[in-house]
Amino acid sequence: MRMPVLRAASFERNSMAFTNEQLERYSRHIILKEIGPKGQKKLMKAKVLIIGAGGLGAPAALYLAAAGVGTIGIADADSVDLSNLQRQVIHSTADIGRPKVESARDSMLAINPEITVHTYHEYITSENISAIIRDYDFILDGTDNFPAKFLINDACVLEEKPFSHAGIIRFEGQLMTYVPGEGPCYRCVFKEPPPKDAVPTCREAGVVGAVAGVIGCLQAMEAVKYITGAGDLLTGRLLTYNALRSQFRTVPLPRDSHCAVCSYERTIHVPFDYELPTCDLK
Amino acid sequence: MTIVVAGERKEYADGLTVEELIEAEKVETPQYVTVTVNDTFLSNAERASRSLQEGDIVEFLYFMGGGTIPSLCASNDL
Ligand SMILES: [Zn+2]
Repeated sequence: MRMPVLRAASFERNSMAFTNEQLERYSRHIILKEIGPKGQKKLMKAKVLIIGAGGLGAPAALYLAAAGVGTIGIADADSVDLSNLQRQVIHSTADIGRPKVESARDSMLAINPEITVHTYHEYITSENISAIIRDYDFILDGTDNFPAKFLINDACVLEEKPFSHAGIIRFEGQLMTYVPGEGPCYRCVFKEPPPKDAVPTCREAGVVGAVAGVIGCLQAMEAVKYITGAGDLLTGRLLTYNALRSQFRTVPLPRDSHCAVCSYERTIHVPFDYELPTCDLK
Repeated sequence: MTIVVAGERKEYADGLTVEELIEAEKVETPQYVTVTVNDTFLSNAERASRSLQEGDIVEFLYFMGGGTIPSLCASNDL
């Protein structure tokens, strides 16, 4: 559908720094009263870090790049594998064997050459996470192992960084948003990572690519809302999606007043790594 | 009594405990599922003793992975 192109003149007062090309590129954001020229400026100044360039990180990165988020960091130690392509839509067949962060950067810049992409081709550990997240306004957890999810939670709570947590499995997904000082953290809900084999991982259980797409896009939406201030975030709420039943639900999440990382009784003062079980599956 | 389990109204016998409900609902890996009753966390230790009452709202919160594993696994084919 072709919509009338916005005229630069109509935004003259608020858009001194927009080029005509930016006005056109972001016109569908700018005409939204909840975003407008001010919100678009905020997006262009924002820095978002995506940890994991996989099923969740791929759609999130594509939409945030398209939205004009000025600086996007992408962290992943892996290379693109044929079995990734069923859901990790930021990578192409020609990218097999390349570091995921490079493939993801190229795809993002192909959509929007105006943004800056920082790549972290390394494992995120307790050693490097605090220094990496410190430079960002919002963090997206797109990882698929519980030690990483707890590490991201703890580091974000300790560095007072907002982040989006998400998980997917089979035909289901869920996400929540942590904002410092508001609502519970991931550890309020889940105290400890489950031991090896207790909960199936993505690989063992399977996952539909489009489910990853739905949840990854919702994570991108949380980032956009946080940055622009539009609407209500998923703080204190877990949004769950069941694709087979075509059902979304929002479950209230209380805060744990004894939480090991976000309460006054905290016992965790620095990020630490849980041991990652070695995989049996090849 | 009528209670609300994961958003659905269900009929159960009076005095049902949370532990019995978990069994009746066939919750997978229940030891790793977080339970809330009326938006309050219930510890695993409280499950056997906590009897549910008319109108209680019970939620099961599941661990879920997702995306990719920036993993230390020998194979990286997630
Ligand atoms: Zn907490």
